Amino acid sequence: MSVALSACVATSASEWNVRVAIAAKHLLAAAAESRLERLPITARDFFTQWLPDPWRWLVNSLIGIVAIVVVFASLFAVLTLVERKVLGRVQNRPGPNRTGLPFLPFTEGRMFGLGQPLADGIKMLTKEDIVPRAADQVLHFLAPVALLAFSILTFAVIPFGRNLVPLALDAGVLYFFAAGAATELAVFMAGWASRNKYSLLAAMRALAQLISYELPLLLSIVPVVMLAGSLSTGGIVEAQGGWKWGFVPHWHVLTPWGFAAFIIFFISSLAESNRSPFDLPEAESELIAGHLTEYSGFKYALFFMAEYFGMCALSGMGVTLFLGGWQAPCPFLEIIPSYVWFTVKLLTLLLGFIWIRATFPRLRIDQLTRLAWKFLVPLALFNIGVAAFWSRTHDWAGPLQLARWAIALVLVVAPFVLIGRKLSAGIAPRTYRYAT
Amino acid sequence: MFIRVHLWLTKMLGSGLIQGLAVTAKNLVGSFHDPLRFTTLEYPEQQPKLPENYRNFPFLVTENAGDPMGTLRCVACQICEKECPPQCIYIEKSKDKKPDATGRMQIYPAVFDIDTSVCMSCQICVEVCPFDAIKMDQVFEIATTDRFSALLLRREQLAKPNEYYHSIHPTEATEVDARLAAERKVAEEKAKAAAAAKATAPKPAANAAVAGLAEAGRPGPATPATKPIPAPTPPQPASSNPAQPPAAPSAEAENSPPAAA
Repeated sequence: MSVALSACVATSASEWNVRVAIAAKHLLAAAAESRLERLPITARDFFTQWLPDPWRWLVNSLIGIVAIVVVFASLFAVLTLVERKVLGRVQNRPGPNRTGLPFLPFTEGRMFGLGQPLADGIKMLTKEDIVPRAADQVLHFLAPVALLAFSILTFAVIPFGRNLVPLALDAGVLYFFAAGAATELAVFMAGWASRNKYSLLAAMRALAQLISYELPLLLSIVPVVMLAGSLSTGGIVEAQGGWKWGFVPHWHVLTPWGFAAFIIFFISSLAESNRSPFDLPEAESELIAGHLTEYSGFKYALFFMAEYFGMCALSGMGVTLFLGGWQAPCPFLEIIPSYVWFTVKLLTLLLGFIWIRATFPRLRIDQLTRLAWKFLVPLALFNIGVAAFWSRTHDWAGPLQLARWAIALVLVVAPFVLIGRKLSAGIAPRTYRYAT
Repeated sequence: MFIRVHLWLTKMLGSGLIQGLAVTAKNLVGSFHDPLRFTTLEYPEQQPKLPENYRNFPFLVTENAGDPMGTLRCVACQICEKECPPQCIYIEKSKDKKPDATGRMQIYPAVFDIDTSVCMSCQICVEVCPFDAIKMDQVFEIATTDRFSALLLRREQLAKPNEYYHSIHPTEATEVDARLAAERKVAEEKAKAAAAAKATAPKPAANAAVAGLAEAGRPGPATPATKPIPAPTPPQPASSNPAQPPAAPSAEAENSPPAAA
């Protein structure tokens, strides 16, 4: 009975699937050819088409670089304001709302504090730039530059839209994490060049944290590479295209292993970008800014810029690997251009970063490394096995499909619960004797 | 079954994190529509609604807003000046007299200064004033660019009409007005009675002598000329309260002659 029913469902479903697939293909083609979709490329070609070939390539690349730097620098500026506004709202206060834009007279010089990033920038630029006499002058100068440079390098392989990947590398994912890991060098450079024992210790601590979290970060993306069968970011996004039953996207995050990997990736990227609750390297309320102790003025601002760039880059990579990149969630939403979808997903993840910062208290260094080595790394390793199971069973159909989901879910949840129980035995749930 | 699953989920590792995230999310969303979650008052644009009993720095009450200096309730009795703990009040009496709000001739303060850089808003001046002439204000935007002369408030700056007093402390001001009206009525009746007594005084000699004695003993308009002085019982306080100061008998001795008469 059930077999017959399922067969019936299967036939009708497959028929429907085919129809939807045809419709989707038409829509997809229409969307891909839509003028709006090709707007960035058309705009660029409008200026560069008359150039001879090697020059054209060079100018195109330069335009891409300038666009990335301009877009993400302004995103950084807006993000600092948005972050303070959201943190304020979470704490039942309005956040910065006084600093207006002086050149807009009709707003009485005040627009939700939109002038705040501008004022902060001017303040940072006009502050005295102090370099300690004993510091290594060259390295002290190079550290923020290197940090920022490596952070910007990571943007090169992120596909911002259907045709908008600045550098379509075959091993784009590898390149991304190599460039991202190089920022750790700059952090230690800053600590070392300051010739200050606190800076050096803080830099070592930061390095311990960053290296600890490299591991779960990289292990969490291995399943994605395995199942997409590609190290190229564009290929991974293409692998997540299409919709099941016409409306459920094939994003990695919507599979058991993908969800687990995404959570691990997200936690690790919080730690990698020095964000709360893992912001020990520059814990404002505890250390004197850690490895940034001897930095002031615009160099200090550059470190923060690099932090936000790192955050944006990791969020962009998270979107690419798990949230379907620039793919729209539903076929009919394909009308909206792909780069808008990427932006929406990116901003959602960034809001998640801010939300988490507004919620959780900072971890201790031992809790931090414990979480990485004893919890996230085993889970990420196990998750590779789950992904292997998922990839071997891709041809299971009908009721077996349900079995596949059930087994994968158990394989994801069981180690989480077991390792969590083992680690939290004697610690959690915490009881408060003197407080309610 | 459902409850058991729910319990298991709430006990699971990471459930506390999700609960915490829910708390902050509620605050974030609630701050846009729930006044309890967004209590900030954006001050210069939105003025605070001060509670009625809020007080800050004294001011002088005048009866008539059109002529503030002419209708000050203050009669320069200098009680507040003497009682002020940080001694921030400075008063100079006038040489002449002017009719006050009730039309009686009174001394008035030629100079009345309060140094608000010294004043501690303790309200003692208000409590000791027998004329309800000085009351507490509600000003708080008192920043100045000059810390000496601008913080020393003159008589002209301190004088504010009774309507203003009503606007800041309505309950208290109504009470004060009722009390003043009652006192004024009593005073008028006394004045009338005194006038009547004076008119009838020359005829009975004995009455005149008593009235004259009373006038001599207690000068001033407040003394009721016709009010029968309560018969004192001189030995009673001394016997019932042995700890009374030695000054008491002499006071009684002063009081006794009219009683005897």
